[in-house]
Amino acid sequence: MTASILVRGACAAALLLALAVGLPGAAQAADVSVKIDNFTFGPQRLSVKLGDTVVWTNEDDIPHTVVSISRFRSAALDTGDKFSFTFTKAGTYEYFCGLHPQMQGTIVVEAATGSATK
Amino acid sequence: MSSHDEDRGADGLSRRKVLECMTWAGTGVLWTVAGGVPTSLGLVGEAMAETAGMTFLQISDSHVGFDKPANPNALGTLEEAISKVKALKAKPSFMIHTGDITHLSKEKEFDDAQQVISQARLDVHYVPGEHDIIDAEPGALYKQRYGQNAKGSGYYSFDQNGVHFIGLVNVANLKGGGLGSLGVDQLAWLEDDLKAKTASTPIVVFAHIPLWTVYEKWGWGTDDSAQALGLLKRFGSVTVLNGHIHQIVQKVEGNVTFHTARSTAFPQPAPGTAPSPGPMKVPDDKLRGMLGVAEVSYRVGNSRLAIIDQPLQS
Repeated sequence: MTASILVRGACAAALLLALAVGLPGAAQAADVSVKIDNFTFGPQRLSVKLGDTVVWTNEDDIPHTVVSISRFRSAALDTGDKFSFTFTKAGTYEYFCGLHPQMQGTIVVEAATGSATK
Repeated sequence: MSSHDEDRGADGLSRRKVLECMTWAGTGVLWTVAGGVPTSLGLVGEAMAETAGMTFLQISDSHVGFDKPANPNALGTLEEAISKVKALKAKPSFMIHTGDITHLSKEKEFDDAQQVISQARLDVHYVPGEHDIIDAEPGALYKQRYGQNAKGSGYYSFDQNGVHFIGLVNVANLKGGGLGSLGVDQLAWLEDDLKAKTASTPIVVFAHIPLWTVYEKWGWGTDDSAQALGLLKRFGSVTVLNGHIHQIVQKVEGNVTFHTARSTAFPQPAPGTAPSPGPMKVPDDKLRGMLGVAEVSYRVGNSRLAIIDQPLQS
């Protein structure tokens, strides 16, 4: 009798522990959208979690590209085209449109545990 | 029509009649400046016969592949422009295309543009626009077709009829927040290229993005153009031909004449008159008046080249 109570307690404790630190898949990585329109990235500054995927969609009537030097570079995006990038490293990513470099944006990638690196 | 148009002048011509005549003849008037005084040399064809020189064309921003409401048939209006070129009384010596030949750097767009432009049966000297170097291997297709004899990102020079022509590329390696860019390599090449030229050699520089700041907020300028213009300062006649902004803007500064050309595809708004510089939709009957090419004429002895913008439809 004592052994099974102990086992149940250990299981309960393990379950609680697992929930506390977040089981893989318990907190789903998200797809976050950035809309490109009127020569603007919207939102211009975006905070996401480590593992999130940002999806840029060009809704403008002119092509754009999404470029972060040494980090990522999209193909030419015509109206309706999308570009996705999954952020596996925390940090701040400055990017711009390769055709119209006055268009700029920032993605801030925060570490998953919730202790954001400011 | 107001009755004012019907009023007869002293020689019996109504105002409307005079305006009609001016509209017909207006696109063909060639002006020259001799001794600082502008003089009309009459219609282009007549002027050609008088003095040695040449005429060439500037064509720009054909954006082959563009099919949005501002112009669902960019290839069609390019064809109209080339028909107009073929119909010119005085056959030009060659054409300069100041870039954005294609809209998305697609193989088929390059093919279609080439097929239509070749109907003019003229030599064409190209420089790329930013829309021409967005293929999977950026710039590879453009270089294959038009950049084989060029340096770096596609710059080069040539001489014709005593005029030195320089094609510059200011759309490569652009930086976030910046404008157009020539880069140190190209500037070094330009300095070297100009070294042997005498100050009396007329120079024509052509590049896609304006080489002066037309409107910084929309990226209409080149970060390091001051260095290029500094190298050109000693020359008695400099003409700078650009595209990119899909409208005519002209400026004269000392010995330098700046000119941006219309597109053959779609117009864009004047600086600051719209939230962004995208394609501008206008009523169908107004479109062709806002598209066109430009005739540029050099006459030996005249320091300024004459630039006449020809719309697709007057």
